[in-house]
Amino acid sequence: MNHWIIAPVVLPALLAPFIVLAARYHIGIQRAVSVTGVLMLIGIAAGLALQVSDGSILLYQLGDWAAPFGIVLVGDRLSTVMVLLTAVLALFVLLYAIGSGWDNRGWHFHALFQFQLMGIMGAFLTGDLFNLFVFFEVLLIASYGLMIHAGGNARLRAGVQYVLFNLIGSTLFLFALGSIYAETGTLNMADLANRVTMIAPEDTVGIRVAAVLLLLVFAIKAAVVPLHFWLPSSYAEAPGPVAALFAIMTKVGAYAIIRVYTMVFPPDLEVTAGLHTLWLLPAALVSLAVGMIGVLAAKRLDRLVAFSVIGSMGMVMVSISLFTPAGIAAALYYIVHSTLAGAALFLISDLVRTGRANLSLTAQPPIAGTTLTAALFFVGAIAMAGLPPLSGFLGKLLVLDAAYGSGLMVWIWAIVLGSSLICIVGFARAGSILFWKAHSIEPPEDADAMMRPSPLSYVAVGGLVSLLVAHTVFAGQVHAYTTTMAGQLFAPQPYLSTVVGTPGKMSKPTKEDN
Amino acid sequence: MEFLVASAVGVMTAGGLYLMLRLRTFPVILGMSLLTYAVNVFLFASGRLTVGAPPILSDGVTVYTDPLPQALVLTAIVISFGMTAVVVMIGLGAFLGSDDDHVDDPSEEEDETVQGPS
Repeated sequence: MNHWIIAPVVLPALLAPFIVLAARYHIGIQRAVSVTGVLMLIGIAAGLALQVSDGSILLYQLGDWAAPFGIVLVGDRLSTVMVLLTAVLALFVLLYAIGSGWDNRGWHFHALFQFQLMGIMGAFLTGDLFNLFVFFEVLLIASYGLMIHAGGNARLRAGVQYVLFNLIGSTLFLFALGSIYAETGTLNMADLANRVTMIAPEDTVGIRVAAVLLLLVFAIKAAVVPLHFWLPSSYAEAPGPVAALFAIMTKVGAYAIIRVYTMVFPPDLEVTAGLHTLWLLPAALVSLAVGMIGVLAAKRLDRLVAFSVIGSMGMVMVSISLFTPAGIAAALYYIVHSTLAGAALFLISDLVRTGRANLSLTAQPPIAGTTLTAALFFVGAIAMAGLPPLSGFLGKLLVLDAAYGSGLMVWIWAIVLGSSLICIVGFARAGSILFWKAHSIEPPEDADAMMRPSPLSYVAVGGLVSLLVAHTVFAGQVHAYTTTMAGQLFAPQPYLSTVVGTPGKMSKPTKEDN
Repeated sequence: MEFLVASAVGVMTAGGLYLMLRLRTFPVILGMSLLTYAVNVFLFASGRLTVGAPPILSDGVTVYTDPLPQALVLTAIVISFGMTAVVVMIGLGAFLGSDDDHVDDPSEEEDETVQGPS
C-alpha cells in the first residue's frame, strides 16, 4: 500500500500544531515552516498526480480495514489534480500574505492556513461521504478563523453570516447522510454506487430525497443561486489573501458534485433522472447571470470580484450540469482557470487597497505603484471576463462547444455570451474609475508618502498571472488531460472494483478468528 | 416509538427553522442548536430503532442495534458543539464591536460608519 496519498492530509495536520505550540511568538519561523510545508505539499501532489496519470487508482485503507467498513482515501486523476491545484494556489497566497504583512496583523494565520489546507486536501482525497463531511468541517472551522483574521467590525459581522450559513449547510449535510445511511446502510461512495442501482424502483422515495439534499449541500458550497447569499459579503470582507485561498473552496463544492453525481447518482440512473437537467442547469445559468450582473452593479472592488467568482462558478456549473464527458472536461479546464483568476483578482484588489482609504469605486488620488497594479488588474480582468487571448476565453469556447446540440443550447449560448459582455463592461468601468480617473484628482497636499506594496506581493500576483498564461499556452495538453479525467469519471468501474475489491485486515477469516 | 421520535425530529426542525429565520443573532443561534439536536436524533434513528439491544457482538444475543449511527452521532455532536461555541464567540465580538446584533448586511448609510479601517 502506498502511504504517500495520506501525506497531503497528515503534513499540514502536523505543521499546524507545531506552529502554534513551538513558534507562537516567532513570525519568521512560522513563515519558514509554512512555506516549506506548502513546497513539500506541491512536491507530494505532483508525485501523486504523476503516479495516477496512467489511469491507475491509488487506494489507502486507514488502519488496513477493507472498504465498506473502514475509511478509505482514493486518488484518481481528478482528485490528485485538485490537490495539486490547491497546493500551487496555496504557495502564491502564502507568499502574498507574507509579502503584504497580512499574516502578522492577527494571531495564528499560518496555523489556520495549514488546517485549512488539511481540510481541503482531505475533502479531495476521501472516498467516504461521512469523512467528506468531517473534512468539510475541518476546512470550515479553519476558514472561520481565517475569515475574521485581523478583526474589525465589518469583518466580524460578515463572519457571523458566513459561519451561520455554513452551519446550516453542515446540518443539511447531516440530514442527507442520515437519509442515505437509512436507505442503503453504507456511506462509502463506491459501495453506495453499487447499492443505489439495486434499489427497487418503487422504494426510491428516501434515496431521491437524499440525493436532492446532498445536491443542495454541495450547491451551497459552490455558491449556486439561490444558495449564494453567503459569498459576496464574506469574500469581500475577508482579508485579501484569505479570499484568494477561498477561491478554491467553492471548487470543493463543484468537485463534490462531479464526484458524487457521476459515480453514485450518475445521469443515466433512473432514480435521480431530471435532477441535473431540470434543476441544476437552470440554476447554474441563473447564477452565471446574477454573478455577472452583480459585477456591473457592485459599488466596491472587493464585492465586484466576489460577484465575478459567483459568475465563474455559474459557468463551471453550467458545464458540469451538461453531464457529458465533453462538458465535464470543459468544466475541469474552467475550474483551474477560474481558481487562478479569482485568486489573482482578490490579491490585486488587496494591492489596490494598500494605497486607498477604501475600495469603493469612486475616483480617488492615484495609489502607489499604480502602473504595475493597473497592468495586473487589466490582465486579471481579461482572464475573468473571458476575452482572448487568455484561458478564460478558451474555457468559455470549450463550454460553448460542449453545450452544442444539447436541449437548452440556445439558452446556454445566449446567457454565456450575454453575461460575458456585461462582465466586460463591469470590469472596464471599475478599471477606468480606479486607475484612469484617479489621474484627474490632485493628491492632497498633506498626504503621507504612500507605502508601495512589497515586491514579494507583486511576485505572488505575477506568479498567479503567469500560471494563467501557462494554462493558456498549454491549453491543448491540459484539455487532453481533463478529457481523460472525464473519461475516467464516466467509466467508474475500475474505481469501484479497486475500492470495494481490495482486501484489508481480517478480510479472509483465519482460524484464530473463529 | 417511531411516531414519537419522528415527531420529535419534526417539531425540533420546525422550531429550529423558525428561529433561524429571525433577524438577530441570539434567536438564530438558538435555532441552530435546536436544528443540530434534531439532526442528531435523526442520525441516531437512521440505523433503525431497537430497544435494549447491544451494539457489539456478545454471546447468546441474536438482536443487535447498528453501532455505526452512534459513532456518526458522536462525531456530529462534537462538531456541532464546537461550532456553536465558535459562532457565539464571533457573534458576541460583532455585537460588542458594532453595538448591533442583526445578522443581515448593514444598510447603506450605516455602512459608512461600520466600515472601520482594517
